Amino acid sequence: MSIDAVPIESAGALAVERSEVRKDLLRQLVRSPLFLIGAFILLVWIVCAIFGSAIAPHSAFEQNLENINQAPSSAHLFGTDQLGRDMFSRVIVGSRNIMIIAPLGTILGTVLGTALGLIMGYFRGWPDDTLGRIVEAFLALPLVVTALLVVTALGHSNAIIILVIGIVFTPLIARTVRAAVLLESGLDYVSAARLRGERSPYIMFVEILPNVSAPILVEFTVRLGYAVFLVATLSFLGLGIQPPSPDWGLEISQNAQQVAAGYWWEVVFDAAAIISLVVAVNLVSDSIERVLER
Amino acid sequence: MLRFILKRLGLALITLWILSVIVFFAGQVLPGDPARAILGPLAAPQAVHALRHQLGLDQSLLSQYWNWISSFVKGDPGTSYQYQAPIGPILTAALGRSLKLAALAFVIVVPLSIFAGIVAALNVGRPVDRTISVVGLSGTTVPEFVSGIILIVVFAVGLGWLPVSALAPPGSSFLTQIKYLILPAIPLVLVLFGYIMRMARAGTVEALESDYARTATLKGLPRGVMIRRHVLRNSLLPTITVIATQTGYLIGGLVVVEVLFRYPGLGQLVAQAATNKDFPMLEAGVLTIGIVYMLVTLIADIGFSLLNPRIRLSAVE
Amino acid sequence: MSSTAADALTVEGIDISYRVRGRDLVTIRDVSFRIGRGESYGLVGESGSGKSTIALAVVRYLARNGRVSKGSIAIDGRDVLALNGGELRKLRQDTVSMVYQEPGKALNPTIKVGRQVAEVFELAGLKGAEALDRSREMLEKVRISDPAGVMNRYPHQLSGGMLQRVVIAMALAAEPSLLILDEPTTALDATVEAEVLDLVSALRTEFQTSLLFISHNLAVIAKMCDRVGVLYAGEMMEEGSAREVFDDPRNPYTVGLLRCIPRRGTAKNQDTLDTIPGFPPGPGETGQGCVFADRCGLVEERCRTEAPPLYDAGPERESRCHFHERAQTLPRVVKPETEVAAAANGSGPGEVLVSAADVSKTFHIEGQTIHGLVDVSVEVRAGETLGLVGESGSGKTTLARVLLGLTSPDQGAMLAIEGKALPENAHSRTLDQRKALQIVFQNPDSALNRRHSIRRLLSRALDKLGGYRGEALTTRLRALLSEVRLAERYLPMRPAQLSGGLKQRVAIARAFAGDPKIVVCDEPTSALDVSVQAAILNLLNDLQRREQVSYLFISHDLGVVRYLSDRIAVLYLGRIMEIGTAEQVFNAPHHPYTEALLSAVPTLESGEAARERIKLEGEIPSAANPPTGCVFHTRCPRFLGDVCVNTEPPLAEAEPGHAIRCHIPLEELRRLQGEEVTVAGAGD
Repeated sequence: MSIDAVPIESAGALAVERSEVRKDLLRQLVRSPLFLIGAFILLVWIVCAIFGSAIAPHSAFEQNLENINQAPSSAHLFGTDQLGRDMFSRVIVGSRNIMIIAPLGTILGTVLGTALGLIMGYFRGWPDDTLGRIVEAFLALPLVVTALLVVTALGHSNAIIILVIGIVFTPLIARTVRAAVLLESGLDYVSAARLRGERSPYIMFVEILPNVSAPILVEFTVRLGYAVFLVATLSFLGLGIQPPSPDWGLEISQNAQQVAAGYWWEVVFDAAAIISLVVAVNLVSDSIERVLER
Repeated sequence: MLRFILKRLGLALITLWILSVIVFFAGQVLPGDPARAILGPLAAPQAVHALRHQLGLDQSLLSQYWNWISSFVKGDPGTSYQYQAPIGPILTAALGRSLKLAALAFVIVVPLSIFAGIVAALNVGRPVDRTISVVGLSGTTVPEFVSGIILIVVFAVGLGWLPVSALAPPGSSFLTQIKYLILPAIPLVLVLFGYIMRMARAGTVEALESDYARTATLKGLPRGVMIRRHVLRNSLLPTITVIATQTGYLIGGLVVVEVLFRYPGLGQLVAQAATNKDFPMLEAGVLTIGIVYMLVTLIADIGFSLLNPRIRLSAVE
Repeated sequence: MSSTAADALTVEGIDISYRVRGRDLVTIRDVSFRIGRGESYGLVGESGSGKSTIALAVVRYLARNGRVSKGSIAIDGRDVLALNGGELRKLRQDTVSMVYQEPGKALNPTIKVGRQVAEVFELAGLKGAEALDRSREMLEKVRISDPAGVMNRYPHQLSGGMLQRVVIAMALAAEPSLLILDEPTTALDATVEAEVLDLVSALRTEFQTSLLFISHNLAVIAKMCDRVGVLYAGEMMEEGSAREVFDDPRNPYTVGLLRCIPRRGTAKNQDTLDTIPGFPPGPGETGQGCVFADRCGLVEERCRTEAPPLYDAGPERESRCHFHERAQTLPRVVKPETEVAAAANGSGPGEVLVSAADVSKTFHIEGQTIHGLVDVSVEVRAGETLGLVGESGSGKTTLARVLLGLTSPDQGAMLAIEGKALPENAHSRTLDQRKALQIVFQNPDSALNRRHSIRRLLSRALDKLGGYRGEALTTRLRALLSEVRLAERYLPMRPAQLSGGLKQRVAIARAFAGDPKIVVCDEPTSALDVSVQAAILNLLNDLQRREQVSYLFISHDLGVVRYLSDRIAVLYLGRIMEIGTAEQVFNAPHHPYTEALLSAVPTLESGEAARERIKLEGEIPSAANPPTGCVFHTRCPRFLGDVCVNTEPPLAEAEPGHAIRCHIPLEELRRLQGEEVTVAGAGD
């Protein structure tokens, strides 16, 4: 049957319903099971990141060379690694690093990207062309490669990784914000503000910014998921936190060779932790996006 | 049309130039002295000084940049600290291997994801659509090394179906090579699948809801014909561009997958250069990646404009 | 017209409902009408009345969540709602087809036009070459010049008028018995609209097709249709022959609607427009009584409790009103006498307030040079309204933006306000200059920041332009609200919570916040329904009388421009073709383009339906590639010869205050145009 979507003529009803959208947003989110699952997993990892060592049954650092490569058992829920450390505790404590770096880096990138996007979209002309070229150049490199380059050049501390994530996200977020700002600056309320004699910063931040907040929020949550991806990958490549600190990505890279010997638990639980975190972030961001689009 | 291509080409060159500047100056920020790094902390100051001169490190930054970029363009990207050998041949061999892996991933993912995107779009809101979307989203968000390690645990170690290493023994047949490459290709496919599928789905949904699809339906065209002739052509056009931009993710993924599977491609080369602070190698590798990416997007742009009458005919008007 | 089986379309008591968040919203209630063979039937109504929904239901293309929940629809006697997939496709192939509002979107952008038309013939069983041949013949029938060339083009290479012809060709290719036209000319310019309407009339006779013509424009319906149904809030309010319904309406809604439209030739000091108070109910908001009860001046208790049936109101006439016999006694909402009297007090034209001399504006877009404005000079006097009329590409909005300082003109332009030079860029202007020049935009959704409350929108303007702070601001805000007749309860709301008319009031209030001397009104009512438009026009009029403000009023609607303007400038391809007082411009002798424009607009007046229309050839040329000599020569009905092709005529003063850009001498124009113009003066 060929019956396809056609907009409904109900301008009147829409106008009335719009007023409740704000409150509705949260209500709709809370009603979505996918959002709740994602939020719950996130909460678990936040708790682990904050209270890590306090919750963990064993020390994450203590080696026990008589007890190496033990398969999961009731004593060691996730088994032990090649130095006899308790994997369960390491997975719990290993959350801290990623839970700090990923959000901070994303926030940095969002702030910088929003500022850049506002400038490019509002002024257009040469600032847009110049910055646009630089953004394009940045985007010509895969994020992982850019991060590799910067971390190698600047060295790896947490602060630098946060900075790197901020830097690689800036052009991506700038591009989205610029597109949204470009649409907005074509609207007449911007002309009206100019006719009132408003200055550019006022127009950019007070008039335009609130109207592009939805795409920025969506972009933030999507990027947060990718930040987790990126932090884990950098750790895996040995460019993040250094041993013996527990970290999911780092552990997978260090224990990858153990898999051939059959010690699968030394990587699988870290992998599962990463998967649960990225999936949780994405469930949350996807739900927010759906609600905002409506 | 020709003007369009030339314009694109010019823009690509400018972008590459900016990229080369960024890459070069990133190398200059590196704390410490490359000559010292090569010779070690015990070397005599005279030797270090001599090497600095030999490497051109005592010249001004600008002339260093000029020397580097001009010899790169001539096909000589310099000498690797780590290998103590010219970078050119090492880079070319690694690039070849990476392209092989990337090509395999591409051949699998493009038809698969487009097909899935169309199927999802034709069933918007139904369970098929939800399933495809959730699978796509999950695949996209899980880092390649995570899915890779699980694949190794299950298929290489657990079931023993496929080799753990990615590099086939020298002189292997085409099929054997593919057998070795299939496991590392899957994480790449998983990440790309979601992106391309989403785009194909969104494009198809939009085209299905368009006025021209309504016109076609109300003409009395059978649904199949309507979709093939009127919907797909319009929905797949933007997808092509997306596929091209996804090469970025693909190359990023190559770095990770090659390290995990110990596959001596461009990605592993760059990762190693980064760990070993082999800057000439890193710079050359990164710039090569940039060139490959620009080339692919350029080709996609031209392909897009050939298929899109709006751009193709704009020069004629 | 007697037996139902022979009818092209029979709609019998249908309800249409949409499922929204688990609730069924009934948007169409108990609508019935029928269209006899060869008959042309018009459905007229304001936005939200449900006219397009009915059209889509007829071809069974409702949104996924919509359905016909009651009643029946039959085309050619076949029950549409009972057809299976294959039968429905067959019906769409050969019995019913449709023409849409936006022809640019209705055609596939990636397939050549010829192929898209040929598809219809292929569905009818013709093979490749033959289908293409027939398509070309079809394009000839819709009077497309160079059909073979058009066949090989893509939609984006054709103008809106051409595209609509292609869509019409496609729709008629299968010689359907019913053709549905959904606002087919709403997106087109006046002269192009006239051509397309003529074409539809001619082809309708040739193909013996019945028409279902949907429009919000009463005059277009009056011109095109034999019978008409008036829809309001999803219900049929009145039905009858088009002539009778418009000349002798039997429903208070129709009566009110007709009083909202400026009559041909009337001006603001001769007649005040009436309005319909309140707003139409949203879907699902209708109560048990008459849907129009809340806005009706004749309302009685019975109307609120008992929904009126369709009463028989004479031969072939029906009206959904308990008091249809006295519908025309509907009291006026706006009292005309006092206002007209007040208007008569208005003093004559004052000093020159704003002037723009030698304004040209060249745009460079994608390598093309577009002459948006060429040597335009205008002045606006204190307290007067200068109307700017023109079709798309005429440069009327560009001129306004140049005056406001939002677009910088080419070198050599001279802007002045009260005799002093005015900087080109709004940023370089003094506070006094910025205050003096304000604008009301076409689309309030775009003009009002949707994230700011009404209070904030207005306070900021009062602060920046009026210099009001604290207590004084609150006082002035109250006064401003009452001037534009907005209730204070709207202050905390966001624009999205207001209806279109209320939003436009907010925009007007904002423009008046700094006591402007001149306000540019850029199509301020074209996004609004007729009943809302009248209220806004009255408000603008009122404000002008009280504040002695001048207007630069831009519109494509000649009736509205005539109603509001003291003087009028007619623009074509960036040039002023004619300028003078409203009467000079609207009455012969005038520029051939003005003449054609006036004759293109359909009117409601009964005497004029049959008047001979001055036909314009071809499309509006592109401003990127304007014709040589007189830019109008390619379409001019009074084309003289080589002089028009080679030499651009000057804008020469024909009589005091009246200038025309034409090679034909004034006396000759008077003679030529005098022959047939017995009509234009009729309104005065």
